[in-house]
Amino acid sequence: MAITEENPGYKWVGTRPIRPDGLDKVTGKAQFGADLTLPGMLFGKVVRSPHAHARILSIDTSAAESMLGVKAVITGSDFPDLVANGAHPMAIDVSHNAIARDKVLYEGHVVAAVAATTRELAEAAAKAVEVSYEVLPHVLTVDEAMADNAPLLHEGMITKGVDPAPDQPSNIASRIVHERGDLEQGFGEAEVVVEREFTTKPVHQGYIEPHAAVADANSDGRANIWCSSQGHFQMRADTASVLGVSQGTLKVTAAEIGGGFGGKTVIYLEPIAVRLSQRAGRPVKLVMDRDEVFRATGPTSGTRIKVKMGVSNDGKLTAAEVWMAFEAGAYAGSPVGAAGMTVIAAYDIPHFLVEGYDVVCNKPRVAAYRAPGAPMAAFAVESVLDELARSIGMDPIDLRLANAAVEGTQASYGPKFPRIGFVETLEAIKEHPNYTAELGPNQGRGVAAGFWFNAGMNSSATVHINENGTATVVTGSPDIGGSRQSMALMAAEELGIPYESIKPVVADTETVGFTDVTGGSRVTLATGAAVVDACRIVIEDLRARAAKTWDVEVDQVEWVDGQAQHVDGSQPPLSLDALAAKSGRTGGPISANASLNARGVGAAFSTQVCDVEVDPETGVTRVVRYLTAQDAGRAISPDYVEGQMQGGVVQGIGWGLNEEYVHDQNGNMENPSFLDYRMPVASDLPMIECCIVEVPNPAHPYGVRGVGEVGIVPPMAALGNAIKDATGVRLTDLPMTPIKVLEALNEQSD
Amino acid sequence: MKYAAPSSVEEATSLLSSSPSAQVFAGATDIVPQIHGGRQAPEVLVDLKKIDELVSLTSDDKKWTVGAATPTVELTENQAFSQEFPGISEAAGLIGSDQIQSRSSLGGNLCNGSPAADSVPAMMVNGTRALIAGPKGNRLVDVSEVVTGPGQTCLDSDEFVVEFEIDRAPSLTGDAYLRMIPRTEMDIAVVGAGARVTLAEDGTIAAAALALGAVAPTVVRVTAAEEALIGTTADEDTLAVVAAAASAVCNPIDDKRGTIAYREQVAGVLAKRAVLIAMERAQQRNGDV
Amino acid sequence: MARTHITTVINGDEVDFLAEDSTSLLNALRDEVGLTGAKEGCGTGDCGACSILLDERVTCSCLVFAPEANGANILTVEGLADAGELHPLQQCFLEGAALQCGICTPGFLIAAKALLDKNPDPTETEIRYALAGNLCRCTGYDKIVRAVQEAAMQMREQ
Repeated sequence: MAITEENPGYKWVGTRPIRPDGLDKVTGKAQFGADLTLPGMLFGKVVRSPHAHARILSIDTSAAESMLGVKAVITGSDFPDLVANGAHPMAIDVSHNAIARDKVLYEGHVVAAVAATTRELAEAAAKAVEVSYEVLPHVLTVDEAMADNAPLLHEGMITKGVDPAPDQPSNIASRIVHERGDLEQGFGEAEVVVEREFTTKPVHQGYIEPHAAVADANSDGRANIWCSSQGHFQMRADTASVLGVSQGTLKVTAAEIGGGFGGKTVIYLEPIAVRLSQRAGRPVKLVMDRDEVFRATGPTSGTRIKVKMGVSNDGKLTAAEVWMAFEAGAYAGSPVGAAGMTVIAAYDIPHFLVEGYDVVCNKPRVAAYRAPGAPMAAFAVESVLDELARSIGMDPIDLRLANAAVEGTQASYGPKFPRIGFVETLEAIKEHPNYTAELGPNQGRGVAAGFWFNAGMNSSATVHINENGTATVVTGSPDIGGSRQSMALMAAEELGIPYESIKPVVADTETVGFTDVTGGSRVTLATGAAVVDACRIVIEDLRARAAKTWDVEVDQVEWVDGQAQHVDGSQPPLSLDALAAKSGRTGGPISANASLNARGVGAAFSTQVCDVEVDPETGVTRVVRYLTAQDAGRAISPDYVEGQMQGGVVQGIGWGLNEEYVHDQNGNMENPSFLDYRMPVASDLPMIECCIVEVPNPAHPYGVRGVGEVGIVPPMAALGNAIKDATGVRLTDLPMTPIKVLEALNEQSD
Repeated sequence: MKYAAPSSVEEATSLLSSSPSAQVFAGATDIVPQIHGGRQAPEVLVDLKKIDELVSLTSDDKKWTVGAATPTVELTENQAFSQEFPGISEAAGLIGSDQIQSRSSLGGNLCNGSPAADSVPAMMVNGTRALIAGPKGNRLVDVSEVVTGPGQTCLDSDEFVVEFEIDRAPSLTGDAYLRMIPRTEMDIAVVGAGARVTLAEDGTIAAAALALGAVAPTVVRVTAAEEALIGTTADEDTLAVVAAAASAVCNPIDDKRGTIAYREQVAGVLAKRAVLIAMERAQQRNGDV
Repeated sequence: MARTHITTVINGDEVDFLAEDSTSLLNALRDEVGLTGAKEGCGTGDCGACSILLDERVTCSCLVFAPEANGANILTVEGLADAGELHPLQQCFLEGAALQCGICTPGFLIAAKALLDKNPDPTETEIRYALAGNLCRCTGYDKIVRAVQEAAMQMREQ
């Protein structure tokens, strides 16, 4: 078969072998964050604020300290004052989020921590810490936080991105704007203009493994940390900053990670565990309960979004106006920036204004969640597109095809797109039998698309050729969804040796070069590129050694199928095994490092179609059929590309139908459990059919784009559009619970 | 907290009498989260599962006897019981996951006092009685009288339910239990509806019972609907009356799981549907008790 | 605090350990016995990551007081393979890529075994309901359901 873009002739890339870490995970051997036990280890417990907003008047730790078996009690005063030290504002926020100083800003905010000889004692000691609060008025939503005379979380917060700068503080941390063309002209050219307002609630990443960290501090100031994280270098940097120590004193080892979806890119327990360990002189394990995970770790933002879009009768979008306000939680940093970049980026629209506000409120500080910011934005825009398509009687895929960004389109956030596969995902859906399958009574079909730019950032890799010709591939990217497999597949392809001969390893912060977090769909792209680079350095070395062995010039040696071959076949080939065995005589061990800042990130697109059935008497929506098409660039590991696609869709289904933070009037979360925070269970779902589209990213050696995130962008709008199709009602407030659907149906029939 | 596992009703009773802060449990599926969340802190945990009568499922000509701590999975797996009382069986099969049903029990589901307990409407429409043991001896109480309010029962702190008695279902009798939850599993009922009908030879309804969960402080009977059904074939007009009566009897709250308006409306829907399923089952159970 | 002596059979071996009465069987297995395959995802019986077979019934070990296990027969994920030979479910999970992060995998394997022990030929719907007590946030369940279907088929053919 000819080697073409569709048939690149790969031996390993694109295959479906068993993942390298699989055996440990099906036998219970894999060591996750909470699984480590060290000799003499203590159990820690964190004391958290019961108030959404309060001033800490005093903390009395004496009762806890006097309990037999309690070895350490710490509070905010045990950490350096970064404000006085003139630290960067973001570092101060990280520090104050890890443990409160003068004020608590949300229910669950850490105020103290204890370490004791048993779990039960630690819990009792945590209860014995007496904190006295002056409760302050709180704000829970963007509406409350942006209201005139709203209580302020941060007295000195002056909105950034507004010119001239406001002279009064507010809860608005910043404003972002993207604009092009002339809105008035754009809407003037439209035959139909649709304007809608949408709201979404905070939702949690919902990883099944609660945060966990074990710290073992030495008396010389060094400390070892084992933790469940998406980026142990990031944990090291932030922990060092909060503790006020040099990064070099901390060694962080990434445990197997039980899900993260962005939520484990930030520190919570790590600096607390280190300080407790220092005070106690013994190792300390801290593990969160599920309700702590809900109350105190990163959900993503609740939002209010207004969208106005115009279309001509022939289906050309003429203008778009978007206004967004995102809850940041207690500290600045909602994903409104990414929302602004992605909200209309999939479409070529001549006139637009996108305006966004980052708003603090008395809820846990938001953390990244799969394509942060894009899903809520897409819910709004893709719902409006559905309305526009209905208004002009156009097929919803055709409307998107008529406006889809293609190679050369100037993205709404600035750059011109290189080669992208949006159109291909739209066509894949349109041609699939699901798109025309017959619908039953009370059923409806919805289409939506999504865009995510993906990240590149910094990665390092080391490739060691072992004495027997196998290879160890060392990276610093915690493997959250099968990345060790994709590293091994690319290394096998490069080196020309079997996949089974590659051992991929995730190394600690002292064993591999700096690597940014596993996030932004970047690992297969960036860490993969580092692995490929390191393999290529190894191959150069192998060719040189073969040349030396044969006494020929290097350019006479090719590396083919795992062996050095003389270009004219005048020498018997030298296999990797043979070269490895002789390495001591040809220059020593064979090993190479590569570190890079990944360029040429490929944008990701997904188009999805879902069929729902709505019970008209109870408002219950069931998903009966679901199909997702996504441009992977190149699927290195198709099993785990599909896994990312399916996982993203199902998180989106949860977000769309049932998941939400429910707070009472005091700002206390009412549903901090998996019983009442309703993530989808197996019986809620059909199979999630996948169509992997491959439009290779020209900037990556294997064409990788990054597949982790974009799958969560379209589902909420796809569901809303399907509910509209099934019932005639348009839901604009997530989640689209049975209660809201039934209310809308009642209104419709009145 | 100490754990105790008495092997007889008498032993359990004396243990409860001597330790005021003792708490009985069966499957522990409710008590563990309650202890964990700081809502309970008993000094003694009294495990009732080691008492033979409490873990049993038997029948004679007159009645079925279900040990109060019998795991609900044993009800759903028992074909004879499930054929005779499909409503109780399906309610038992809705109490949490398979993992929960290995441990959850009718006694626990009832005595936890939740208005949303799935098995309670199903037990009530079948006239189930609870045998309660205590230091003053045993008493037999109708299940409808056990729960007195959310988390409240008529049991004294030294009493516990030993077993449930359910009279054998006559022929032409069917029951059903339906609940509304946002997901398909793993939720607390937003509305639950248990129904039972017995048909006369001419196919009209001779006896009817309807009970609703999660719409009032305790599970409630819908007597107006029951009366309306007598003598009918549960035709559309009658079902409209049933639905209206069901909605009218609701006295729900707005909470994180549902609103008053939603519960009232859907109570009517589920009442109707449960009656129809019970009808269908009654028609199929002709003389084969 | 006095601890209770608990004698059990775990994965075929007689095992005894000490635990406080209020300790969950999950924490006892993890902290006292050293079997960390069962995981705590919630502590309230809502996620199934701690699933074990307790006297052949699938159970959330987080909802069992440790002393309740006295005299019980327990199977954890560590006991699923037979002398190094994987159970068909384990093999099918591997081959079918039915795991991503893997934290929920032990619980799914145990729950799926409980299902197949009872029902060797389940429908897709039966599988989905039998596994509804096990949360997975990574996979969307698709590949898990398929792996259980495949394992069931292989086990029927054996």
